Amino acid sequence: MSLIDISGYLLFIAFIAYLVATLLFGGAIKSKKPDGAVQRAEKWGKVAITVTIIGLLSQLGYFITRWIYTGHAPVSNMFEFTTAFGMFIVGAFILIYFMYRVVVLGFVALPIAILIIAYAAMFPNEVNPLVPSLQSYWLTVHVITAALGQSILAISAVAGLIYLLKDINSKQKSRNRFWLEFILYFVVLVVGFVVSSITFKAMDYEAQFTYVDKEEFESEIVYYMPAVFGMNEYQVLTDDVMEPLVEMPPIINAKKLTTVFWSFIFGTVIYLLIRLITRRRIIEMLQPLVQKVNLPLLDEIGYRSVLIGFPVFSLGALVFAMIWAQEAWGRFWGWDPKEVWALITWLFYAAFLHLRLSKGWEGRKSAWLALVGFAIILFNLIVVNLVIAGLHSYA
Amino acid sequence: MMEKIICVCKHENPVGTKICANCGRPLTEEEQNSKVLDMKYDGSAIRSKTYNKSIVDKIWNFFSSVKVGVSLIIITLVAASIGTIFPQEFYVSAGTELERELYYEKTYGSLGKLYYSLGLADIYSSWWFQVLVGMLGISIIVASLDRGLPLYKSLKNQRVKRHESFMKRQRVIAEGAITEGDSARTLDLIEDKMKNLKYKVRREGNALLAERGRFARSGPYINHVGLIIFLLGVMFRLLPGFYVDEAMWIREGETRAVPGMDGYFLENEKFILETYDNDPTESQKQQGVNVVAKNYQTNVKLYKQSEDAVAGQSDNLELVQDYSIRVNHPLQQEGYSFYQMDFRLNELKEMRFSLTNKETGESLGPVNIDLTNPQKEYVIDDQTKVALLGYYPDFSGFENGEPQTKTPTPNNPAFIFKMITPEKPDGEVSFVAIQQTIEPNGDNAYKMAFQGVETRNMSGLTVHKDRTIPILAIGGFIFLLGVAIGSYWSHRRVWVQQLDDGTIMLAAHTNKNWFTIKKDIDAVTEYAHLPKYVDQLDVEEQNEKEGDNTL
Repeated sequence: MSLIDISGYLLFIAFIAYLVATLLFGGAIKSKKPDGAVQRAEKWGKVAITVTIIGLLSQLGYFITRWIYTGHAPVSNMFEFTTAFGMFIVGAFILIYFMYRVVVLGFVALPIAILIIAYAAMFPNEVNPLVPSLQSYWLTVHVITAALGQSILAISAVAGLIYLLKDINSKQKSRNRFWLEFILYFVVLVVGFVVSSITFKAMDYEAQFTYVDKEEFESEIVYYMPAVFGMNEYQVLTDDVMEPLVEMPPIINAKKLTTVFWSFIFGTVIYLLIRLITRRRIIEMLQPLVQKVNLPLLDEIGYRSVLIGFPVFSLGALVFAMIWAQEAWGRFWGWDPKEVWALITWLFYAAFLHLRLSKGWEGRKSAWLALVGFAIILFNLIVVNLVIAGLHSYA
Repeated sequence: MMEKIICVCKHENPVGTKICANCGRPLTEEEQNSKVLDMKYDGSAIRSKTYNKSIVDKIWNFFSSVKVGVSLIIITLVAASIGTIFPQEFYVSAGTELERELYYEKTYGSLGKLYYSLGLADIYSSWWFQVLVGMLGISIIVASLDRGLPLYKSLKNQRVKRHESFMKRQRVIAEGAITEGDSARTLDLIEDKMKNLKYKVRREGNALLAERGRFARSGPYINHVGLIIFLLGVMFRLLPGFYVDEAMWIREGETRAVPGMDGYFLENEKFILETYDNDPTESQKQQGVNVVAKNYQTNVKLYKQSEDAVAGQSDNLELVQDYSIRVNHPLQQEGYSFYQMDFRLNELKEMRFSLTNKETGESLGPVNIDLTNPQKEYVIDDQTKVALLGYYPDFSGFENGEPQTKTPTPNNPAFIFKMITPEKPDGEVSFVAIQQTIEPNGDNAYKMAFQGVETRNMSGLTVHKDRTIPILAIGGFIFLLGVAIGSYWSHRRVWVQQLDDGTIMLAAHTNKNWFTIKKDIDAVTEYAHLPKYVDQLDVEEQNEKEGDNTL
């Protein structure tokens, strides 16, 4: 068994551990009866956090073994970076847990980490050689610090989500309720992406096309999902596959659009099934679980996460980034889309802190802002890497 | 003519003060009616909240407003994001303005054309974006002065004893008799415990003030100073001599003067491109990449002209450095750095011909033409020579019968030869380009038979000097220091008073992390047997919830 296999197994073990820990955290907050509920929460909570730590150690094992195998920090492509991001979120959660001992955080933070790792697993996970610009120890330093900062900032979104779940009346129609349910629907769409990818992979679906790209060169492309959208001037090469329904202009990557389409279809079907079977909104299902949380404490946890994460993010995503850019390209700042979005993230959290300090945006407003911040982080991870072309794009 | 507000305690406060700096009594009606005091800037007078008459006041108030500051941040953020919709024009290789416009239109359609014509393709250099950043800078300075100075003064002159109306309006308060023990020792016990918790403790009669981490309040002001230094550093770049950014193309074997760096010459010994020999991986296939580059490297020698040499001449060179420039490993010399940025492989260096008799195929001799330095005439012997009448390094066709060259780079060389041979002493003219020969005077007896080419690589380097880097580094460091101080430490204060009957009144305030200060108060409550404290905001929430239930 080679090191890279061991690495894969360790990641799998971590994934399972996070799943189990989520259920345990659920158990820790679920107990409603007055009989020894506190002790039970204590006991279940202890087991849950232990399993979480085992999962984290196992994932650290994955990280280190892969590092040894590839010879560079495993943060150099979409699979590696996103997996590490999931790991850091678990790490950040553990840090905040030991500061505040609020079990419900685990019940939300771990599923988010699980989804992120599952999302990562949908990308090719083989080892890629490093291009010259990435051959630097700043790859390790800059990427890990930036991801760590983002993960700690993500915990504020976790706290914000729990805050809103408790604070917003799920029985009454309101804009707050709509948007909160929308966020949960988005989470289900991510599940839809994972389920659709796995389904078509299990079917071994493959369809090859030629097309003309925006520089007017003829290229080839392989779809792993039935092509709903066709590339510019496509020609089908594989027999017995679905013909695309619509042809796209050259600047739109129809393959990615197809992936988004299928994720949307699968996610929406799953969401509708949940609604039909339970006859309730997802908020209504989650709300009873968060009834016992103390809102001012959650608000403080959210704020504290931003306070801890912001300096780390500034250091990793701006300062270290500038030092490396200076060394690799001779300019510390080049308005590359990833750089710009790191700056946008930074500006956003700066606005968050100022609004909170001086305008008294606390509680519900602060919780919404934390969610918007996390949305920007995800945008920077997904859209900027995969859609907007630049020096940092992975695909 | 500073007006004063005179408090009941006879202390004179500047106009605009919300909480008396001496005793802590709320001075404004708003504060008097509130349950928990607004402790921002400790209730001291803020200039922007006090004066609003003259134009200076108005400008000052505009820039010091947090609302304006946050709005500026949000506008900058949105503008920055717009700049990422399509690639910025400096990432587009098209040369002229017209070519760029066409590129945007062709690649991104009418939206692209609009994007370019609105100037969004160069948004970060636009005057309004820079004005925006400038206003943000001013806002940072004004807001910091506006609030930082009064806060500093008020924290420096803190009194130990505060009025009851101040104590009762804090968020965390406790009141009542001690739960056990001798009340005469209570203040001593509190002092012990608070000192133990690393608080600084001051006492004044029956009052006690325990304070910890006051320096945390300076964090925001320190990080703002860092940001301002950073922005100034960026502006210094515009001053002459602070910033050099030159591109240089240098061929293997060439020695060239370094642009922007007087008296220095760089020799390109060799350019090396290495690739990985792995089989394409899944993601490489997805991206349509067959080979991945492993290394871009230029082996160079950097020379300096000796002191007495004539400027611009490349003799009397002293070797300064022998270095291999690679990506991430620039060559550095006296504040200048040389970066590996680009390359061109297999540029034509020399073309080899042989002067050949068409009929017999007999060669009279070779003619080798150095494409960057062609000669007027190539002599084979007394009666045999080839004159070069015309040289077109990047031949692009004829115009009015004249051959044209697109660029001075030998990408597609073409020649007009005059071949002088014993047989044809007057010479025969021939136009020779790659895969093309034209004989203007009819059928020649001789031809320039193509024998081969020699190529070499060319390396694209960037020469950089940026004297603002140390300023930026200092600014960045101060910023990080300030952010860390402001984020990782909190300013905690606990006021205690023992009334004549021995009962205790306690109030606590922190600028953040109430959870932590409550842990401290828990500890001191247990140690000194104090009455249980309440968090007035928690109580408020409880009341609200109860209110909900009755509906």
